[in-house]
Amino acid sequence: MAEALAFYSLAAFILGFAVLVITARNTVHSVLFLVVNFLFVAALYVVLHAEFLAVIQVLVYAGGIVVLYLFVVMLVNLKRPPEAHQDPRRRSRLGLVVSGIVLAQLVAIAAFSATQAAGGPAPVEASVPVAGNVELVGWQLYTTYLVPFEVASMLLLAAMIGAIILAKREL
Amino acid sequence: MTPITPAHYMVLSAALFIIGVIGVLVRRNIIVIFMSIELMLNAVNINLVAFARDWQHRVGPDHVIGQVFAVFVIVVAAAEAAVGLGIILAFYRNKETVNIDEMNLMKW
Amino acid sequence: MVEIVIIPLLKIVIVLVAVLAGVAYLVLLERKVIAWVQVRLGPMRVGPHGILQPVADGLKLFLKEDITPARADRWVYTAAPIISLVPALIVFAVIPFGRDVHLFGLTVSLYVADINVGLLYIVSVASIGVYGLILAGYSSNSKYPLLSSLRASAQLISYEVAVTMTLVSVILLAGTLSMVGIVEAQREAGIWFFFAQPLAFAIYLIGGLAETNRSPFDLPEAEQELVGGFHTEYSGMRFAFFFLAEYANMIVISGVAATLFFGGWLPPFPNVAALSFLGFVPGWIWFLLKVLFFLYVFLWIRATLPRYRYDQLMRLGWKVLIPLAIANVILTGVATVWL
Repeated sequence: MAEALAFYSLAAFILGFAVLVITARNTVHSVLFLVVNFLFVAALYVVLHAEFLAVIQVLVYAGGIVVLYLFVVMLVNLKRPPEAHQDPRRRSRLGLVVSGIVLAQLVAIAAFSATQAAGGPAPVEASVPVAGNVELVGWQLYTTYLVPFEVASMLLLAAMIGAIILAKREL
Repeated sequence: MTPITPAHYMVLSAALFIIGVIGVLVRRNIIVIFMSIELMLNAVNINLVAFARDWQHRVGPDHVIGQVFAVFVIVVAAAEAAVGLGIILAFYRNKETVNIDEMNLMKW
Repeated sequence: MVEIVIIPLLKIVIVLVAVLAGVAYLVLLERKVIAWVQVRLGPMRVGPHGILQPVADGLKLFLKEDITPARADRWVYTAAPIISLVPALIVFAVIPFGRDVHLFGLTVSLYVADINVGLLYIVSVASIGVYGLILAGYSSNSKYPLLSSLRASAQLISYEVAVTMTLVSVILLAGTLSMVGIVEAQREAGIWFFFAQPLAFAIYLIGGLAETNRSPFDLPEAEQELVGGFHTEYSGMRFAFFFLAEYANMIVISGVAATLFFGGWLPPFPNVAALSFLGFVPGWIWFLLKVLFFLYVFLWIRATLPRYRYDQLMRLGWKVLIPLAIANVILTGVATVWL
């Protein structure tokens, strides 16, 4: 009962703010609606008992990535007023048609999987004593998924170097 | 009230994904397009975490693979946002526009 | 029912009232301390020795005219002070003021919530507070605030990395992210983590000064350089919100330093049996003393040190503190595995 209430209200807010993101006229407002959207998604993660992921979502996504977007929007808006980057709404009808096709595909997938039996057996893994959410995620990250973890850190290093080189004025 | 099943979260995730797709296809401001891509990645994350919760119920309390996957998605999204915004800034320095229709320097 | 709803609500109300009153009197304390350092007396008129000065300040700010700049973005302009204040206040939900007290037959824990990701919650909420700064400068539609807010937010996100790294080394020692768990780990280890991690504490203190825009890192709001910084165009209650947010952040940094490095509610030397008479003093008094000590250090530094230039500030954050913090994490990790 409580989970249903939480889910429906959070889902309404998430979808509402997402629509506001793509329809806001002012880009800064768009970015702010995106932040609020991410905060509600983090709340949804808490409902799903994924507390570590919820704080990571707030810390990295809402508190890091979107700050980056805000900086870029402010730097880009500095020379011209926001109205100069207006969208001429041509081809929006084609965009909506393509979105409708994607929606139809997703609905078909959902309907097909609903008629199938429930998922197969889970893979056997090293047993870890039942602990808090952080310990569970950390255990998986450092044992089963250690190589992707290290590769992800390499990816972040490459992205950092790339971003610095792209943003420098002269090399 | 029906109990909340993973199917509910799938519908939410699909709707959020569609909103992201519409944003990418309809808007012309490239920063809004990037933000719509972030919406799509969030939709995927919601799906993954919902199924991780479902596995915790059905298989065992220590099966949190979905959340680990979602962490990696966030990492990749961060890397992509950083590099993508660097590209936007570099382009803006050259052509002073963020309208994607005017980003046609390599058009024949 | 009572335990789940009424007691946390009461705790929240008490914590918020205490924090807001504390912030108001912290402003007075700062003026007094800086005055005494400069061999003068500070506010003396309102009430005996200026005790009622915060009341006068609050009334003045409350009754001032509410001005919005002509072409400012109205919604964002109104939201920026709120976005600045709310994270500073909700952090107090996870700071443990003490262990349990027994009141009216109930065992009441002296913290609002003990979540298992408490420390990460504090860091993530602090990173939301950056938005208040950025949006204040942007929405004022004016040169000085925009420049200052860009500088302030760049400073904040730079020092966030160093501070988070020092918190990681404390987590390595404690083995848990929960704030109560960290204090319990210090009780079991028998020493405060300050003695095990002095470098981390030093980096945390410097980073904390930078995170709250306090001297010597207060260039973003320096009157001599940038008029008023990001809050130039704000007056009245909105300016009061920014002020409250800054001082509440100071109390948060002090509270987290007390919990992580100085044992929270533990008395000094908690495992030395000869000093167990110190346990007669309630835990929350020890916590209060430690927080007051750190707040005094903040004020002391403001009264003493000159301001950093912006490029020196960024160089310190990126080229000195972050490598030191990362080296500290590596050393701590190695020591934890091998010792």
